Amino acid sequence: MSNIKYILGHFEDPDDLMHGIDKLQENNVDIYDVYTPMPIHGIEDKLGIKRSRLGKVAFGFGMTGTITAISMITYMLVIDWPMNIGGKPHFAFPDFIPIMFELTVLFAAFGMVGTYFFANHLAPGRAPRVMDLRATNDRFVIAIDAKTNTAHDQIDNILKEAGAVEVKHNERKYVSYE
Amino acid sequence: MGNHNHTHNFTEQFEFSGKLKTWTLIAMVVGILAIAFGLLTGQQERTYANLLLMAYYFTCVCAAALFFIALQYVAQAGWAIGLIRIPQAMSRVLPIAALVLVIVSASGLLTHNLYHHWNAEGLSDPASPHYDKIIAGKSGFLNVPFFLARLVIFLGVYSYFASLFAKYAEREEMEGGLVFYDKSFKWSSLFLVIFGFTTPIWAFDTIMSLEAHWFSTMFGWYNFAAMWVSGICTITLIVILMKKAGYLSWVNENHLHDLGKFIFAFSIFWTYVWFSQFLLIYYANMPEETVYFYKRWEPEYLPWFWLNIIINFVAPLLILMARDSKRQMNRLMVVCIILLCGHWLDYYMMIMPGTVESHRGFGIIEIGVAVGFVGLFTYLTLNQLSKRSLVSKNHPFLEESINHQI
Repeated sequence: MSNIKYILGHFEDPDDLMHGIDKLQENNVDIYDVYTPMPIHGIEDKLGIKRSRLGKVAFGFGMTGTITAISMITYMLVIDWPMNIGGKPHFAFPDFIPIMFELTVLFAAFGMVGTYFFANHLAPGRAPRVMDLRATNDRFVIAIDAKTNTAHDQIDNILKEAGAVEVKHNERKYVSYE
Repeated sequence: MGNHNHTHNFTEQFEFSGKLKTWTLIAMVVGILAIAFGLLTGQQERTYANLLLMAYYFTCVCAAALFFIALQYVAQAGWAIGLIRIPQAMSRVLPIAALVLVIVSASGLLTHNLYHHWNAEGLSDPASPHYDKIIAGKSGFLNVPFFLARLVIFLGVYSYFASLFAKYAEREEMEGGLVFYDKSFKWSSLFLVIFGFTTPIWAFDTIMSLEAHWFSTMFGWYNFAAMWVSGICTITLIVILMKKAGYLSWVNENHLHDLGKFIFAFSIFWTYVWFSQFLLIYYANMPEETVYFYKRWEPEYLPWFWLNIIINFVAPLLILMARDSKRQMNRLMVVCIILLCGHWLDYYMMIMPGTVESHRGFGIIEIGVAVGFVGLFTYLTLNQLSKRSLVSKNHPFLEESINHQI
């Protein structure tokens, strides 16, 4: 039994990469993931990647901000220390809206930055999870799980025929570990 | 990626005939009957207020289409080229719309049915019992010749640009090449600057001067936001109805998604500007400013005041927030219709409290005039649309638009 964990096919061109994905899928080889230095239109559909949940997360953070703002202002200006400002009622809702808006944006923005760092293992003190460094530079990389797809020679051939300039057999999943 | 083997028929033309044409003509007749009814039953002011509302709405929608075209050129955006024929057809109608608005405003002004708040005997004469110091102070700007000159010049300039872009599009179609794209780009940049500076004044004149004591510097942008949302909604609605009729096979959910994002974003922008105007007046609480909202909070207007916010803000916010809603034709169509009605109500809330005041109504005149103008707009736009192929086949960004994916 070999120690190879992942097979990486390197492509120089996004069109070749898409062709490679087609070929692998035709031969029923499961693709673990694809790494590219730039976004490629239509690749999510081709790989069957589920829609990102980032929108829902953003909505959650935003609503947290709104609720924080309204409860904070209500406590300060209505309950704790009511003041007469221009003869308005203490709960002068139109005046609260700008602050509610700002805190919504603030919470959503910071929340999304945090989510991004968390999801991508980029938080300080954590090593980034990179399967191949050149995928962040000039190569388009298809990663195939070598444990579940055992016909390694066949996969190598498919990748090379599809235009892969390099095929790597990696014994470690990531270049770096935490 | 680059997929150049599409099978679209770029020579297809829209056929404007049959039932649809009959219905637009019937709608116009309904409009004329409603105007006649209003004038003959002694409701001149209400009829004129409705005419102003719909003429302004009509002109704004066509001007927004022109703005859309210019924006695509200046942003060098390619996604909308597959559907650019629709705003082009709408902008070709702009000269007629402008003429209608000038006629309505001028006749309303001269017959004292509109703008009598600043255009009446003795308002700027200190010896007169009707002397109004505030109006007298504004009479250098708000007087009949200057008012009409501004209206004619602004709308004339917009119409000139509309015909210029139409000419370039026509010649691009015949001769090809990048020359006309470059020319359109150059003139679009100039147009956007002129349009940006003149639309607020246009709104100040046509709508805000109905209540000449009151003023708001946000009013121009508020009107611009309303114009832009209703213009995009009209474009989207026509695209969807054309697709349902089997045309525009190259326009897909990606293009609708972009249009939907525009509608969503600028509905929020409309609310932002609306609220900015409201909040400053509410917070400062100065009588000369609060009079505007005081009138709109009278019992006969208050429900409509709130409905305006619900229709134009809450409805698009809740319906269009999800990605799927912007990509589904039917849901987007419903939102477009809601918003087009909503912005009618928005203009209604701007115009009516300053003209008919407490004699507000919603009946034959309102519905009839609106139906008439919708018929006129539909007839003219579809007539223009049917004159040429439904895609500008020599546009440099056509391929980009067909492969658009988001």
